[in-house]
Amino acid sequence: MLKIEQINLSYGEIQVLWDMSLQIPEGQIVALLGANSAGKSSTINAISGIEKISSGRITFQGKDISKMAPHEIVELGVIQVPEGRKLFNFMTIEENLLLGAYSKHARKDIKKNIRRVYDMFPILEERKDQLAGDMSGGQQQMCAIGRGLMSNPKLLIIDELSLGLAPILVQELLRTLTTIKDEGITIMLVEQNVKQSLAISNYAYVLENGRVAIQGDAAQLTEDPHLKKAYLGM
Amino acid sequence: MMILQTLISGILLGGIYALISMGLNMILGVVRIINFAHGEFLMIAMYLSYIFYAWGGMDPYVSAIFIVIILFVLGLITQKGLIEPILDKPASTKIFATLGLSIVLQNLALMIFDANYLSVTTPYQSSVVNLLGIAISVPRLVSFGVVIAIVILLYLFLQKTMVGRAIRAVSMQRQAAYLVGVNVKRIYLLAFGIGTALVGLAGSMLMPIYSVYPTLGASFVLIAFVVVVLGGMGNMFGAFYGGLMIGVIESLAGVIFSPGLKEVIYFIIFILVLLIKPTGIFSKGKGSEAVGL
Repeated sequence: MLKIEQINLSYGEIQVLWDMSLQIPEGQIVALLGANSAGKSSTINAISGIEKISSGRITFQGKDISKMAPHEIVELGVIQVPEGRKLFNFMTIEENLLLGAYSKHARKDIKKNIRRVYDMFPILEERKDQLAGDMSGGQQQMCAIGRGLMSNPKLLIIDELSLGLAPILVQELLRTLTTIKDEGITIMLVEQNVKQSLAISNYAYVLENGRVAIQGDAAQLTEDPHLKKAYLGM
Repeated sequence: MMILQTLISGILLGGIYALISMGLNMILGVVRIINFAHGEFLMIAMYLSYIFYAWGGMDPYVSAIFIVIILFVLGLITQKGLIEPILDKPASTKIFATLGLSIVLQNLALMIFDANYLSVTTPYQSSVVNLLGIAISVPRLVSFGVVIAIVILLYLFLQKTMVGRAIRAVSMQRQAAYLVGVNVKRIYLLAFGIGTALVGLAGSMLMPIYSVYPTLGASFVLIAFVVVVLGGMGNMFGAFYGGLMIGVIESLAGVIFSPGLKEVIYFIIFILVLLIKPTGIFSKGKGSEAVGL
């Protein structure tokens, strides 16, 4: 579904991605793991068109999206739920969700999608008129995922889902991601939390210094000695 | 009774300041640029109003419709031709670009119209209505009515429409706006167009009250900056309240102290607000940080 081929990305003089290649097959959860500054966010910002790659190619369903503007990429169904939620804090929960359906292809399904989001996260319906900035971290994360779902995503990229959340809430949200996958949406999970991410993923890439260091089936990677030592403290 | 009369005059005057400042604040909040040429757009609108009146015999309130459209297009051209290419440049580049534009426009006006004061004569210019013993100037009352209508329309547009929400989204969280599929460059274009259209409308409303001359914009834009800081940078409706406040302060200061001291009074308030609540009295955001300065 998504194919990244030998991309390089620099911020001025500093190169952050080096000949990076990866693939996200349709209908799976693929984890992109790594420590801080490993290049995870740069990779997904390149996919979303926020950052422009200096070389290489990114294709989505066979279409080259490397040079597309972010709104054109959203129109194709590639949606990013950014790190730190980045909600519109002075708008209500419902307004945030409605903005999720800004793209042309999503507007026709606003009613259906908002119902789906409210069924998935009932707390959002209870608090739909509250300002997003006044919600707890967990509720904000639900709103951010809900906003992503409002755009009829084909590929949902979730950056640091677990950041700043209680472990029990993270478990709950990860279970929700499995439900979303079962509805036919492909998920790219970008995380520092290796153990929990591998538990729900089909495949995983581990980034180090802007390069893919390890990749493989999630089940196999949990047994990888390097990964165990570096990320699982075992 | 005199204080009440002064208060009402101040509120009506503040309405015009609000209209000018709301345009400036929309550009500041969304495009994140301080448009130093905003006052010159006001001057252009007033000259256009004069031209429509002198050459076509058109009342300023009628020509306002055309002027709003012309200024909207002028805003689009400015955003596309001048602002868009320098959006990623340092703040100083943006400041000098709009400051340069303001000087160019002032000198163009000087070349075309000389330094003469030009004004229009309308049948209602000196008309007043008496309300419970308070005399209210008809042109100021009309302009205030227009301001209220615009505030309501703008509120509905920004709150209830998808494009309005997108404008607010870009002003709050630019990256997230990209990620929900908003064409941010198009929103910048629209915001700049609306901002200049608002100042165009303000110019049309001012023409029956004031004369126009090439450097007129400078004095109004200074007041607009005070209003924007009072109301909160990027906060559209804060600018409305801020405008009313400055209008009232200006009128009261003129009566209580001396007309010559009115600017001193509101600049003292301006400095106090900057010291005590730099985000502005009505701001919910982060002030200058929120507008990328």
